[in-house]
Amino acid sequence: MTTGLPTAAPKRRARRVRLARGRANGDMKTRVLMKGNEAIAEAAIQAGCDAYFGYPITPQAELLEWMARRMPELGRVFIQAESELGAINMALGAAAAGARVMVSSSSPGISLMAEAMSYMAGSELPVVVVNVMRGGPGLGGIQPSQSDYFQATKGHGHGDYRVPVFAPSSIGEAIELVATAFDVAERYRTPVMILADGILGQAMEPVEERFPELPAGRPDWALTGADGRAPRSIRSLHLLAEELEQHNIHLQAKYRSIAEREVRWSHELLDDAEVLVVAYGTAARVARTAMRRAREEGIRVGLFRPVTLWPFPEAALRAVAERLAGMLVVELSAGQMVEDVRLAVEGRCPVVFHGRMGGMVPTPVEVLAALRDLAPVACEGSYDALRYTLAQRPAGVAL
Amino acid sequence: MRTATTDRAAGPGADSTKLRARHGTDSTAVSAGPRIIHQRPALLSERSTHYCPGCGHGVIHRLVAEVLGELGLGPRTIAVAPVGCAVFIYDYLRLDWLEAPHGRAPAVATGIRRVRPDAFVLTYQGDGDLAAIGTAEIVHAAARGEAITAIFVNNAIYGMTGGQMAPTTLLGQRTTSTPTGREAGLAGYPIRITEMLAQLPGVAYAARGSVGDPAWIGRTKGYIRRACEVQLARAGFAIVEVISNCPVGWGMTARESIAWLKGPMAEAYPPGVLVDRLKGAPEGPAAPGAASSPRAHGPGRGG
Repeated sequence: MTTGLPTAAPKRRARRVRLARGRANGDMKTRVLMKGNEAIAEAAIQAGCDAYFGYPITPQAELLEWMARRMPELGRVFIQAESELGAINMALGAAAAGARVMVSSSSPGISLMAEAMSYMAGSELPVVVVNVMRGGPGLGGIQPSQSDYFQATKGHGHGDYRVPVFAPSSIGEAIELVATAFDVAERYRTPVMILADGILGQAMEPVEERFPELPAGRPDWALTGADGRAPRSIRSLHLLAEELEQHNIHLQAKYRSIAEREVRWSHELLDDAEVLVVAYGTAARVARTAMRRAREEGIRVGLFRPVTLWPFPEAALRAVAERLAGMLVVELSAGQMVEDVRLAVEGRCPVVFHGRMGGMVPTPVEVLAALRDLAPVACEGSYDALRYTLAQRPAGVAL
Repeated sequence: MRTATTDRAAGPGADSTKLRARHGTDSTAVSAGPRIIHQRPALLSERSTHYCPGCGHGVIHRLVAEVLGELGLGPRTIAVAPVGCAVFIYDYLRLDWLEAPHGRAPAVATGIRRVRPDAFVLTYQGDGDLAAIGTAEIVHAAARGEAITAIFVNNAIYGMTGGQMAPTTLLGQRTTSTPTGREAGLAGYPIRITEMLAQLPGVAYAARGSVGDPAWIGRTKGYIRRACEVQLARAGFAIVEVISNCPVGWGMTARESIAWLKGPMAEAYPPGVLVDRLKGAPEGPAAPGAASSPRAHGPGRGG
């Protein structure tokens, strides 16, 4: 497996800007400037991705383009498929044959992939699916959004199944999580989703030059041809209800195991916090800025950031809810994760929401206003806070 | 679970090419005991099929099993099953099987093809699967010239769901969703998809066989064999359509269904070789005007 970054094509070379200074702590690790979509693609390559299948869609097209150049260079598989249906089904075939596979798309394309994700969950096939979210519903727009949270966490296709969802909040974290996603996908034989958004896909950030690597998988269940062994079949069809129930019981046990072992989150300034802002991905970065400004004003705000959206870090959130005056959930949506937050805290503190839709991004000023609204009233520990915040919502901000 | 046709003399491991013993060239056959005049191909399992009485799938399964066995491809084969009547094919052919979502077998096979360059990749689909819901996947796998052998069973009906109209249903044909017969003004025209695919330069071999009578069954086996050889030569995509009967779906006795298969079905879907780029010039009826030079190389390489 290759290490380090590739020799870039001339037009890309400008992006490999070596930063003169290392980290603030004096660590002189070299860092390079990379676009999110390209960093995710390269992270997959460094993590040993054997095959990539995709279809052009904004705002993730650079991921496909990076793969189109790099995978053939390395003698690996790249196909621009006839549709997202084609791409995910190629992934299904390649995964069943034992390959490490990635597909990527943006919201409308993920809807098309939903069918095969259900089949892959039912057939227990590993794949990493990247969704660089854009605004919906329908064709929607091409600006960043988090409105696919329900789709990502509550299932994409039909049937009783779950898909682990990793939500990076920076390009550096996305690089780390790609390798983690392949690892989880293969250990549990399940599709795994990287849920990014148009900002993470399009933005450029300095990242460390060395990307995480992952040893090659050794699937002992893959289809290789029945040479010297009994034939195998990989399928999701179980026509007998008794058999299908047993299969579902097996799947649910696997999902419980994932929920126990793979849940991830991070938090900041939690120790003395009275109010918590809960956000993931790009929204968490806006929330962090708002938190710092609120602290300057004397409002003791902490940040809780789910890194896995399924499994949702509900126990961790519930544990802190009791001592809080309230939680503010910030999303680039009409309010989707907020439902899981409310389920997690079970009424232990008020939970209010602030979001923007359709590709609009909440500003730190808006979030700060919502925090100011929440802080004094929420101390009463009642849902009056919710009503209060809704009434005081800044003009022009859609709920 | 043994069926009545299970052979007496040889076990499932025997090579079906030994059938040639019946031509009397093997003088030891007489002294060694009963002559083998029929045996189950090693790749065909002994399990009873779920197919309706008179259905053509069983014959086509057998042809595939015989050809793969004769070419020694069983241990290398990764096959993709359809959604439709043949969904349980993994119970009947002793191969590694992957079940594809409805219509997606050619895309699934593409994924296998590219990551397993040494594998022999086979798809088996019906008319609803291949020519309706899976039209995009079959066209583009063919257009890419994937080194895949596609078996396409056309019985002009959705059998598994109870006999609804298929894209290949003939005009005037009664189905449960065209109760007064397929009308072009309402339900459009039947698709001759193998002729469509034969236009594509990525398609190295396209032929249509039939299970209508023993002579055509023999020719169909030859087509399937050729379609496998085309893949082994990495010449491009290969498809064999087999027109077949569905007595239950057609509302006929088995005998009537054979007559209809050899009559109206064969008229609408004439059997023969449409394109064979390994050989060069197309032969047989309905040769398409398109398509050009033999492929210099196929894209069937993997990573």
